[in-house]
Parts: sequence; structure tokens; C-alpha cells
Amino acid sequence: MKLWLTAATGIAAQVDYLIFALTLISCAVLALVFGLMLRYMFKYRAGSDIDRGAVAQKTWRVETAWTAATLLAFFGLFIWGAGLYVQLFQPPRDALRIYVIGKQFMWKVEHDGGQREIDAIHLPVGIDVQLVMTSEDVIHDFSVPAFRIKHDVLPGRYETLWFRVDKPGTYHLFCTQLCGIDHANMIGQIVAMPKADYQKWLSQSATGDTLATAGKTLFMRYGCSGCHGSSGTGGTQSQSTVRAPSLVGLYGSPVTLTDGSIVKADERYIRDCILTPARQRVASYLPVMPSFAGEMSEEDLLKIIAYVKSMAGEKGPS
Amino acid sequence: MSATVIEGRPNSGTLEESYLGDGFSLRSWLLTTDHKRIAILYLASITAFFFIGGAAAALVRYNLMVPEGMIPSAETYNRLFTMHGVVMVWFFLVPAVPVTLGNFIVPLMLGARDLAFPRLNLFSWYLFMLGGIVVLYSLFTGGVDTGWTFYTPLATTYAKGHVVATVVGIFISGFSSIATGLNFIVTIHRLRAPGMTWFRMPVFLWSLYATSAILVLATPVLAMTLLLLAFERLFHIGVFDPAMGGDPLLFQHLFWFYSHPAVYIMILPGFGIVSEIVPAFSRKPLFGYSFVVWASIGIAVISFLVWGHHMFVAGTSLFSALVFSILSYMVAVPSAIKVFNWIGTMHKGFIRFDAPMLYALGFIGLFTMGGLTGLFVAALAADVHLTQTYFVVAHFHYVMVGGMVSAFFAGLHYWWPKITGRMYPEMWGRAGALIIFIGFHLTFFPQFVLGYLGMPRRYHSYPPEFQVLNVLSSAGATILAVGYLLPLAYLTWSLFRGERAPANPWEATGLEWKTPSPPPTYNFAVTPEVDRAPYSYSPPTPQAPL
Repeated sequence: MKLWLTAATGIAAQVDYLIFALTLISCAVLALVFGLMLRYMFKYRAGSDIDRGAVAQKTWRVETAWTAATLLAFFGLFIWGAGLYVQLFQPPRDALRIYVIGKQFMWKVEHDGGQREIDAIHLPVGIDVQLVMTSEDVIHDFSVPAFRIKHDVLPGRYETLWFRVDKPGTYHLFCTQLCGIDHANMIGQIVAMPKADYQKWLSQSATGDTLATAGKTLFMRYGCSGCHGSSGTGGTQSQSTVRAPSLVGLYGSPVTLTDGSIVKADERYIRDCILTPARQRVASYLPVMPSFAGEMSEEDLLKIIAYVKSMAGEKGPS
Repeated sequence: MSATVIEGRPNSGTLEESYLGDGFSLRSWLLTTDHKRIAILYLASITAFFFIGGAAAALVRYNLMVPEGMIPSAETYNRLFTMHGVVMVWFFLVPAVPVTLGNFIVPLMLGARDLAFPRLNLFSWYLFMLGGIVVLYSLFTGGVDTGWTFYTPLATTYAKGHVVATVVGIFISGFSSIATGLNFIVTIHRLRAPGMTWFRMPVFLWSLYATSAILVLATPVLAMTLLLLAFERLFHIGVFDPAMGGDPLLFQHLFWFYSHPAVYIMILPGFGIVSEIVPAFSRKPLFGYSFVVWASIGIAVISFLVWGHHMFVAGTSLFSALVFSILSYMVAVPSAIKVFNWIGTMHKGFIRFDAPMLYALGFIGLFTMGGLTGLFVAALAADVHLTQTYFVVAHFHYVMVGGMVSAFFAGLHYWWPKITGRMYPEMWGRAGALIIFIGFHLTFFPQFVLGYLGMPRRYHSYPPEFQVLNVLSSAGATILAVGYLLPLAYLTWSLFRGERAPANPWEATGLEWKTPSPPPTYNFAVTPEVDRAPYSYSPPTPQAPL
């Protein structure tokens, strides 16, 4: 029986320190509580004729003291736990993206190079990885205990999770949000390998089309090119019947909406534009784009988004 | 009859003079408006629910003895843990103390004739039973596999089974909770005996007052949420399912807006019971009475502001996580204050170790461990690792089963002589308290380790490396089961063979001890008057029995 868990990421070691500190504090408090209880149970048992002296009448001093001490300790713990948690919300800019789709009861994984996996993710060690995750049906949860991270995978939106694995190895991947009858079988593996091995795996698993090239085909098939132009340069009145924004350089750039607000064009934004265009009206364009909700599968969406991303060109994510 | 209220009179009520002798027909029970008889109706009902929920738990532990699962069907397993959760939460933990001990003791402690609305009290029992029967029917005719939390869109769109029937049953029983809460609030405001000022009220009354406020304010949110869930499932209105334009997180916000305060609905009455028993068996006034009272009120208020800590990995904003984390630490402060105060009460006391005190001490130990492990899951980064695993399962069982059920047993033993007019067998009582304490640790402590190692909750099968700890937990559960069956056996035995109880077997303060055991239907022959603070205990006189 193993009572310790591999810490395969940097954050895992830090979370372990926090859990260890919490354990120490708990043991100290338990020693105090049980110690005093047992001591009083013996010392002040009814049969004991020990001199009890006077009983304190005013208690507010000691009450204030232990309330203040508790508050102080709790505040320290809050700061510690929050500090680490904030890191999870700050993905590095140039992380390797891997796309994860949860579905009753499997994990479907797509890599930018077009490699596809089920219930497994191959990834390199020593490189920041960011998962872009969504679900086709119910809420799932992507959990890797050895990394000390987990995050819910929600239908209808992209959630992200980032980490950097330090130790090569194979780690459990669990779904930890009850997702139906075979919830316990929605498990898989994370295979973390040295960069060279990872490159080898990528080339061996290549299917021909990268996500972006597959996306370009779909861009035509779904008719996106009709308005946005066959190479995404945007439509003008002369070329097509409607004027549509150019997609070149869009990814990662700020977009001004009709209500004056500015949003960053990330995966989530592009997804929302395709599924609920009426809610993402770009300033100075007519709201004529149809919604593709219900028509495009999550996989197709990922590919089209990958194509749009590939048009980011020189500008890159800002 | 006024002679029967003389303080310290060793024995008093015969069966015929008591509320138990006031009619023996079925009708005299089913149509009673006497709070004491209604408490007995509730006690019988929640005992049945406890053992139904317990049987489901036993099967869950049975299944987890081997990695591939002893029960062949994952669906059956999922239905079992859902049944365990639904029955235990809504039909045992939430109502247990208020509707049984609260119903019986609150009017007696206040020096009142009955609750403010006796017929509403009876009506609430019928609502409870109706809700319970609907839920049991749906669980036994197929069941639900969504877990007791009914997360959407699983529960609205994807799950099979009787989701709607189950939530309708919970919905109905919710009105029973609201009625009970309302009844207690009005009773405590209006029916206090002369001289019983707010700050002469025993902490048990304060705790039930705080509990009732939560019941009245939070339960309607649950009712609304479950109704939306049922509508979505039946008519596809698109509130929670993103495929229909809804928001799946909305359900979690609404659900936990009720269900987190509900944790305090379960535990606050336990705080009240322990605050009665520790002074009574230490022969000392409660240490820091007003701090304990304000801690109860503080808990009731802050408990409404921490629901988001169930959603630290659910996709809510960073800001909301930070706010809910610090508020979760805040709500733990009043609980810590109480633990220190109970220990302070024991300091320089004359401590006796009768079964109620042993159960209460067990409560303090188990609750402290439950509270401390709550600090782990309130710390954001630690929660990310520990949430949704067996760590959380162990944490809330320490609080709600270790804590709350121990407190319930403490109160049941403490007031058993008052309720039944019989003493329970003391040695068996102490053995029960000890076995439950030990069995509880053996069952749930391994689950903390399992959770840290990453075993997800609600798994029908699991990787083999988790087996040893699971077997330990299941083995512990058999001891815990003995611990829970023991009181059922000896308390039932004592109903027929127990020694006759005097009016005040513990020499405790509190108006409930100034009437015969069991009390007459009218409670007090003469309205009692209160002229001092609660818990005016003094050291035992030499000739007092120890």
C-alpha cells in the first residue's frame, strides 16, 4: 500500500507543502483539544476531591484571545491557499495547446498536428501545457491526482487548465464529476515523455491533416468562406453579397463590440461567435451571421478555430 | 396535581397520568396535536429512514471491497449511493433533532403548554411522511443515479430513472421543514415562561432558533430549484441545459445556496444538545454562554454566504473563489469558539461519564476532526486536489455523521428518561458510545488517505492500488453498524424493561426537568417561573449520588 502520491508537477509539490502544513496544524489542534479533554476528564472527574479553587466568572478575555488567534491562523491559511490557486488562473502565454472533449464516458483528445487519442494524452515534460476543454453532454471533471489539479469540463463552453509536468511517467486521469452510469470507467492515462520521445510520438501518430488544414476544409464546407472569403480575408461588397470581418490576425487581438466593450479574441470568443453570433456583435458589421449551434460538432468547432488561429499570422497572441 | 411539579421529587408520573396514557388507540396517535406525541411519531419515522439509508450505505461499502466492485451493475451502485444521500440528508439529518428532540423538549424547556401551532405541527408530520413515501416509492421502483446533488444537465437531460418523482418528494418534505421552522420561531418568541428572558434561554433553544431561521429562509430556495429542475426535465424549458440555452452552473449556485446552510441546519441543533449536556455532567455553568449564543447566530448568518466553496473547480471566477474561501474560514471561527467553550466548561468541573456525556465527548472529538479537515478544503489550492475525492466524503461524514449523529444520540440518551419515563441500561449506553466512536474512525479515517491519494468519489470500480484502504474502511463500517444497531436494541428493550425514571435523573437545570417523567399531556400543572440564568450548576453536595 502506497501512502504517498507522486508529485509530477511543480504545483503538486507546493500543494503538498500546504497540505502538510494543514496536517501539522490539525495535529496540534487535535493534541490540544484531546489533551485538554482527557486531562480534565481525569483531573476533574466527579470522584476526584482535588481542590478546584474559584471558578472564573469573566470569560471575555480568554474568548477574545482564542477568537483572535483562530482568525489570524485562518487568514494565513487563506492567503497560502489562494496564492497557489491564483497561479492556476495565470496560464503562460506560449503554452502548448491540447484540446479535450469529454463525452459520456470517454475523453477525446486532439492535438494541433491532427493527432487524435481517446482516454489518453501524450505530452512532453518540461513544457507548459494548456488544455482547452469542453463537453458534448453533461459536466465532467478532468482530474490528474499526480498533478494535484482538476477542473470541471462543461458543455457549451471552453474551460482551460494548465500545468507543466516535470517527471516523465504514466499518470491516472479520472473524471471526478458524476457523469452517469459508467462514470467510474471514464478514466484514462496521461503519458508524459521527454521532448524527443514526444516528437517521435507526434510524427508516428500524424494523420496527414493538421487541425488547421482540416479546419480550412470545413471552413469551405460550412460556407464560412462565402462571407469571410475563401482565405478568411473578409468579404467586401464586390466579392460577396455581405460584408464580413476579416479573420486574418484576429486570434489574440482585441475586438470592439457594438456596445463599445473590448474583448480579446481567444478560443472562447471565436467559439461564441460561431455558436451565438447575435451576442457577439462586432462594431460596424451588420448582425447577419447565422448561428451554427447544433450543426457543428465539438470536433469540427475545434478544427475551424484552429484554422482561424492559424491565420493569426505575424501578430500572434497578444 | 400541582404536587407533581415540586422540584426534586424523586418520582412522579405514572403511565396513566402522562401523555403516553392519554389514549391508546391508533387514532389517538395519528390525530394528536400534542407536541410530545408528534415527536414520537417523528422519532419512529426518522429511525426507519436512518436504517434504510444505513442499509444503502452498507451495500456501498460492500461493493467497494474489491476494485471491480462486488455489485455487478454500476447502475445499481449509483442508485444505492444516491438513495443513501437523499434519504440520509433530507429524511434523517435535516429533520432529526428539530422534529424529535426539538419537538418534545422546546415547549418543556420554555415552560410552555405546546408549540405555538399544534395543528401545523401535526400537518408537518404528514407532509414529511408524504414526501418520504414518494421518495421511497421512486427509489424502490427504479431509483435515481444522479447523486443526491442532482447536477444538471445530467439530472435534467441525460439521467434515466425517477428524477422528477424524487425531487417532488423532497419538495413536499421541504414544506414540512418550513412549517417546523416557523413553528419554533413563533413559539420561542411568544411562549417563553415568565422570567425566561432571551438570555436566560438554554443554548439548545438558541440553536433551534438559529436552525429555524435557516430552515425558513433557505428551504424555499431548494423548493424553487427542484421545481425548475423538474420543469426542465419534463418540458425542456432551458434553464440549466446549455444545449437549450441554459446555464449548468446556475443549478449549482441555487442548489448550494440551500445545501450549504443545510449543513448548519444539521449541525447547529447538535451544538445545542452538547451545550446542555457538558454543563450538566460537569456540574458547572456553560463557559462563555453569550459567546456560544452569538456564535450560533453568527453561523446562521455566515452560512448563507459560503455556498460558492462547493464550486472552486467548477468554472466560476477567480474573484468569487477568493471571496468564498475567506468567508468559509470565517464560518469556521464560531465553531472553533464553541469547541473551546465546551472544554472550558469541563475545566474545574465535577465530571461524570454517563452515556450522554460520553456521546457528547465523542461529538466534540469527531466534530473537531471534521472541522479541521474543513480547513483543508477551504484552502483553495488544497481544495483543487482534494475536492470530489474521498477526502471530501470523509470530511463531511466526520461533521454530519460523526458529529451530528453522535450529538443526536447524546440528546436521545439525555432526554430518554424524560421522553419515555424509563432509564436506558447505562453500561450498554456507554458501550454504544465507545463502539460508535471507534467504528467511526475505522470507517472514515482511511478515506482521508484515499482522497489524498486521489480516489474519486462515486466510483463503482477503482484502480487496484486503492483496495487496501477500501477494505479497511468497509471493515470499520461493520463495527460502526454494530454501534448503531446497539442503541436500537437496548433503547427498545428499555421501553419495556427499563428502570422507572425519576423526574430529574441527572439533577440538571432546565424547566423540562421540573415536570414528571414522562410529562403529563399539559406539561406543567403550574406555569413555571424563571428567575436565574441557565446552567446554574453548583458542585455536587456530598450525599448526592455520583
